[in-house]
Amino acid sequence: MTTATAHHDAHHPSGIGRWLTTTNHKDIGTLYLLFALMMFFVGGTMALVIRSELFEPGLQIVTPHFFNQMTTLHALVMIFGAVMPAFVGFANWQIPMMIGAPDMALPRMNNWSFWILPFAFTLLLSTLFMQGQGGAPSGGWTLYPPLSIQGGIGTDFAILSIHMMGISSVLGAINVIATILNMRAPGMTLMKMPLFVWTWLITAFLLLAVMPVLAGAVTMLLTDRHFGTHFFNAAGGGDPVLFQHVFWFFGHPEVYILILPAFGLVSQIIPTFARKPLFGYSSMVYATASIAFLSFIVWAHHMFTVGLPLAGELFFMYATMLIAVPTGVKVFNWISTMWRGSMTFETPMLFAVAFVFLFTIGGLSGLMLAIVPADFQYQDTYFVVAHFHYVLVSGAVFAILGGAYYWLPKWTGHMYNETAGKWHFWLTAIGMNLTFFPMHFLGLAGMPRRIPDYALQFTQFNQWSTVGAFILGFAQLIFVYVVVSAIRGGAKAGDQVWEGAEGLEWTLPSPPPYHSFAVAPKIK
Amino acid sequence: MSITLIKRFPGIISRLILGLGLGFAAPAVFAEYGMNFQKPVTPVAHEILELHNMILIICLVIFVIVFSFMFYSVFAHRKSRGFKAAKFHDNTTLEIVWTVIPFLILVSMAIPSTATLIDMSDVSHSDLTVRITGYQWKWQYTYPGQDISFFSTLTTPQDEIENKAKKDAHYLLEVDNPLVLPVGKKVRFEVTGNDVIHSWWVPQLGIKKDAIPGFINQFWVRADEPGTYRGQCAELCGKGHGFMPIVVRAVSQEDFTKWVAMEKKKAVVESAGSNKTWSRGDLMARGQKAFASTCAACHGAEGKGIPGVFPALAGSKVATGPVDEHIKTVLHGRHTGKYSAQMPAFAAQLNDVDAAAIITFERNSFGNKTGDVVQPSQVKALR
Repeated sequence: MTTATAHHDAHHPSGIGRWLTTTNHKDIGTLYLLFALMMFFVGGTMALVIRSELFEPGLQIVTPHFFNQMTTLHALVMIFGAVMPAFVGFANWQIPMMIGAPDMALPRMNNWSFWILPFAFTLLLSTLFMQGQGGAPSGGWTLYPPLSIQGGIGTDFAILSIHMMGISSVLGAINVIATILNMRAPGMTLMKMPLFVWTWLITAFLLLAVMPVLAGAVTMLLTDRHFGTHFFNAAGGGDPVLFQHVFWFFGHPEVYILILPAFGLVSQIIPTFARKPLFGYSSMVYATASIAFLSFIVWAHHMFTVGLPLAGELFFMYATMLIAVPTGVKVFNWISTMWRGSMTFETPMLFAVAFVFLFTIGGLSGLMLAIVPADFQYQDTYFVVAHFHYVLVSGAVFAILGGAYYWLPKWTGHMYNETAGKWHFWLTAIGMNLTFFPMHFLGLAGMPRRIPDYALQFTQFNQWSTVGAFILGFAQLIFVYVVVSAIRGGAKAGDQVWEGAEGLEWTLPSPPPYHSFAVAPKIK
Repeated sequence: MSITLIKRFPGIISRLILGLGLGFAAPAVFAEYGMNFQKPVTPVAHEILELHNMILIICLVIFVIVFSFMFYSVFAHRKSRGFKAAKFHDNTTLEIVWTVIPFLILVSMAIPSTATLIDMSDVSHSDLTVRITGYQWKWQYTYPGQDISFFSTLTTPQDEIENKAKKDAHYLLEVDNPLVLPVGKKVRFEVTGNDVIHSWWVPQLGIKKDAIPGFINQFWVRADEPGTYRGQCAELCGKGHGFMPIVVRAVSQEDFTKWVAMEKKKAVVESAGSNKTWSRGDLMARGQKAFASTCAACHGAEGKGIPGVFPALAGSKVATGPVDEHIKTVLHGRHTGKYSAQMPAFAAQLNDVDAAAIITFERNSFGNKTGDVVQPSQVKALR
């Protein structure tokens, strides 16, 4: 019986057919991760266009209209094309292996949720070639009406592609929930699950709850644009601020969709390299759940300047400040995990430690942004840009890169090049800080975000930032080199890649068989 | 070589961190860079700066304490130093402590924030009311009590933006008609938007408020020092978002009264102009200026527009067809569906002379050669 299964296991189509028709969680995980990497470069290139234009005052490279297309697409591509698919890639590869399941619960749907994405992004990016009809969407990724009502055909393409990305995310989330709740190996109780699995379970519920809300918001935009409705048109009895409420009711949980799986990744990496169990496992789970709950009642802190009533501003200020408590618990737990461990600093650990340190900078500036009167000065300035890049680049992206280094030997069966990995880390960390730290000062000194040209007193910090962005961008080519060379060969990785690693994935060979855990493992 | 560099990295990094620390300790080094808020000139802006400094310091102290633990651990608890891992993974007392203490710190931050916020939202007992309307891409200031209304538009020449001329010290922060306020008076503002959402922001006044079509937001300002304060639109409002600055001139009550009288006189002269017959040369000269401040933002300085979004005027049917159609388009707007943006109605923004001048200019520029001269009386007839 076991031999029969093993024989069946090894069989799959080869060539392009394998990738188009695959229902295997590892293949689909690989597709997601490679797609995310590609989009990371597409979005990064757009960022470099933005930074090049901002190197000096005056207009040098692009028109303001094209500049706005770049800021809009950069955000959409990075959020929906790079970070979210990367996390789904990790979920696909790791969740079945970490809970002792043979595959995801809904493998055909899994294939579909991935293959929607390339079409969605083809739609979105094709607008760049429609400059004669207004080009790509240019009203910001937040798509605020009435500005987005003015947009050209690119806005309609963006709406359609957002619908597709939403469907893909919801299907992925359903799959994650079904897998985690139904396919754990006997003995793997919920409170024994690795933290990455926990954070993804909670993230999946957030996705289910808010992606339909975004779909609703953009559908209302579409009907306002083309079918004569006036949801957001004040002249027709509508309300432009309604869109912002609906959008941020999606948007704030979305922020945690982008960071909770990162918390999970870091919570796997730090104990491994500290050779010490995760400190406060259950408080980590409860903190994650509290953050997820709070994320639903803080959305209007993105809208403090729209003129909310005083009581509303106070409520959203207090609720937002509360998020600092569970987030603080997480940071303290990570540091306590490191405390009196026996640490080594391979590349995954470097990214994880940098994550804890730099993400906290973004967390603290987030706390500052919650203070309404001060927010009136910070809102829509580069201070906000600095804040969300500290949580998204040194937060989400650093965790993704750390996670990739952590499991690359498991996935490919080869050790990656540690020297190149360390170079990648240090250049990324230096480039990242050089790019985004000066933005705090720019914002405080009064530079609004989303402007293609600026007053002279902002010149120096913008130049630092542009130099940093190019270091950050080109450093990522090292990562491509590391990944490609690990796929092609290198020192053989054992089952237990890292001395201190614990979990079911390390009981499998590296690379794991095409179908792992055809017989459920026993959990003590 | 790369290996030795990597081995030396900790040293390099610690020196970098030290350098950064020194940078903070000696802000004079970075004085010309502008690293914190601009000098506040209203009571509210002062309160905000104090609040900001307080939270910033609390955050920095927390950060330094928390991460001194982490970095101590990173340096001391290393396998390479032979440190053996401890086994602990829970400590209820500790976990309660680090949940309760942050909560108390948050409460201590929330109290002064609440007080400031309540103070900011009290717009009662004001001495003067000013209405602000955001347009793509300029501001309109109306003083309902004084019967004054005017537009405020960027004056930075296109040549400076395109790097063909040396940039002025107030590059992108200069306007034709600044907002004028009396010093020491509580001024209540009503702010709204005409087309899309804008945001009126002057850092030194401590105010940022969105200008939203269909909504009227309120705030108040009391400038305590005379001076010129500059700001910008803070909400993305299209391609001209970076080019609609705000300039506020705070003057003594005496100068303010003089300014009001002068503005009123100007308005009388303006309205007299709409009854006389203008020469082609005068209309063209006036039209060129008015076009630059009112129309060029969308239709382009060269009248070429943006394909698919804003129509070109060069050779357009409206600008070369019947004069009445052209006047109606300018006054009442137009939406054909061929372009994604729609032409707004300018009847409220342009007086008869400016509208006539713009139309004359458009019909005889960018290669359009209709030879028409449009008089203010023709505009008046079609209002």
